[in-house]
Amino acid sequence: MKREIPLFLTAVIGLFMIVSFFVPHQWVSVPADFLQQCAVIVVAFGYVLGGANVLRVSLEGISRRERDWPYKLVLVLSLLFTVIVGLFVDKQRWQDPGTISLWLYDNVYSSMQATMFALLAFYIASAAFRAFRVRSTEAALLAIAALIVMLGRVPIGDAAMTAIFHHAWIPHALRELKMSPIEEWIMNVPQSAAKRAVLIGAAMGVMATGLRVILGIERSYLGGGD
Amino acid sequence: MQAYRPDARARGVASSGMLWSCALLLACACAPAVSRAALPDALDTTRTYLAPAPATGLEFHDVENDAGRGIDLHWKLSADDRARSQAVTGYVLERAQTPGGPWAVVDTLPRLTDSKTDDSVVRDTPYFYRVSVLGPGGPTRSLAAAGPAIARSSWFNTTRASVVAFVLLFFGFVLYYIYSAQSGHRPFVRRLAGIDAIEEAIGRATEMGRPVLFIPGVQDIDEIQTVAGLVILESVARLTAKYQTPILVPVSYPIPFTIAQEMVKSGYLHAGRPEAYDPDSVRFVSPEQFAYVAAITGIMLRDRPAAHIFMGSFFGESLMLAETGFSTGAIQVAGTANVHQLPFFVVACDYTLIGEELYAASAYLSGDAKLVGSLKGADALKVSIVIVIVVGCLLETFGVHAFTAWMTTQ
Repeated sequence: MKREIPLFLTAVIGLFMIVSFFVPHQWVSVPADFLQQCAVIVVAFGYVLGGANVLRVSLEGISRRERDWPYKLVLVLSLLFTVIVGLFVDKQRWQDPGTISLWLYDNVYSSMQATMFALLAFYIASAAFRAFRVRSTEAALLAIAALIVMLGRVPIGDAAMTAIFHHAWIPHALRELKMSPIEEWIMNVPQSAAKRAVLIGAAMGVMATGLRVILGIERSYLGGGD
Repeated sequence: MQAYRPDARARGVASSGMLWSCALLLACACAPAVSRAALPDALDTTRTYLAPAPATGLEFHDVENDAGRGIDLHWKLSADDRARSQAVTGYVLERAQTPGGPWAVVDTLPRLTDSKTDDSVVRDTPYFYRVSVLGPGGPTRSLAAAGPAIARSSWFNTTRASVVAFVLLFFGFVLYYIYSAQSGHRPFVRRLAGIDAIEEAIGRATEMGRPVLFIPGVQDIDEIQTVAGLVILESVARLTAKYQTPILVPVSYPIPFTIAQEMVKSGYLHAGRPEAYDPDSVRFVSPEQFAYVAAITGIMLRDRPAAHIFMGSFFGESLMLAETGFSTGAIQVAGTANVHQLPFFVVACDYTLIGEELYAASAYLSGDAKLVGSLKGADALKVSIVIVIVVGCLLETFGVHAFTAWMTTQ
């Protein structure tokens, strides 16, 4: 029964939600909305489990003096401080100006988020360096396409084309050649075609996975207990 | 639709104001076109304005294919509401449950607006509507109130008929191929190098005596890629249990966290080593994107896992994770259906599952006939979609638009 009841609930609710996509009547849409609200409540309770896990893993690490345990201590103290301030000091007003919670959000949390995000620029630079090393025909095609797209999106691309091709001895058709239309063609035709192919395939995968879960064919998410 | 007599007041016009306005209108009419085009949009405070002409022809229709939550309203603009005219400043749409009121304002709309969907109605309740025109000379109510308008629920969204057809076709294909696979006609599944590499990566981690790091994406369980990633996790946990290699699974949301715990436990159970399961191997980290990244990169640099497996939905953090993993020298296998993140994984990882390969992985790994049959069903629908695209292109080329209209959904 430990497996049958969840499978039954999954099948019934899954099929009901599929039906609700096609039937807008209140007899279907209202229960469907209710089920989605229930999901939000379940997720809220899930955070209690998550928070308890963070505390347990970190406190065990601190008590055993595991490697880098001071970081765990910082995590636990920050977590407790934020929760205590939010619950007992700022109470319902934690989003109001002048509260400690808002100060923490603006001056600690946002700054750290921005710092992490800013690192992405350096990661892109190192990844691009590796990606554009021409070691095969495919890599050469990738590098050429990337170069055209990058140059086509900035004014210097068209200016460079004009400087290169704007000579009397070059045929007229080539003289008018610009980087930006080539870039647009690459983005609109081969890039879009490949992207749509991946998206259509992925959409099929989504449907297949959903159907497998709803029909109980895919049941590994229920765990190993009987 | 029934029309009711208006209770609009007569348009009051002061005689001196009328003379002054007529003189101004005459002056404007006689002025050259250039100076007319240059008339200012700002209200002329030196002029006395008349109350604007009323809006007429108010019509209502129940919004189709909804749950009885909207009424479409259309009216003819006030005769004074013209481009660059200052006589009308806007419209006020009001409604009441009886023709005599009391009237409540639904919305105030800018000039040159002749339609509005009232989506604040209660289904199966009759409403009467009227439109007042606002202007510097005062408001003018509609000549008639329209009603009763009743929003009713639809039993079927007809614009989604094509989706129903494709869903039924898909279900048919999948169920047929599952039945076929169970009958012994096992369909061919091409080799997926990325999935084969998972075992190789776990083997390498075993040889090096280091853990395996599995990341099931950064989205909650309502994202199907997270489900696909967690299903793969069960197979990965089975392999790590078999090779007696530790596995680390940091998770970003609480519900996937609890499911991941079950998956890893299930993997160890199916491998016959339930006693080797470490409850701390699955950890909740944070749903905040970059807090999660900071935690994962910390694990990569401190614990030095020998294999990193990224399976799920990823966004801006994909490159940060994969590049940090690359710098540690670990074997990296990634899989995502987020098209914009695929290039980053392709660059920084040793193997990448592209799009649908992520969803096929669980069937491929388990080898279960029913799961493999569902893959074949998805392939059959893909063939159908290619045929539909070709047929649609041909029909559009020859000027037949009915098929495209049927395929268009709302």
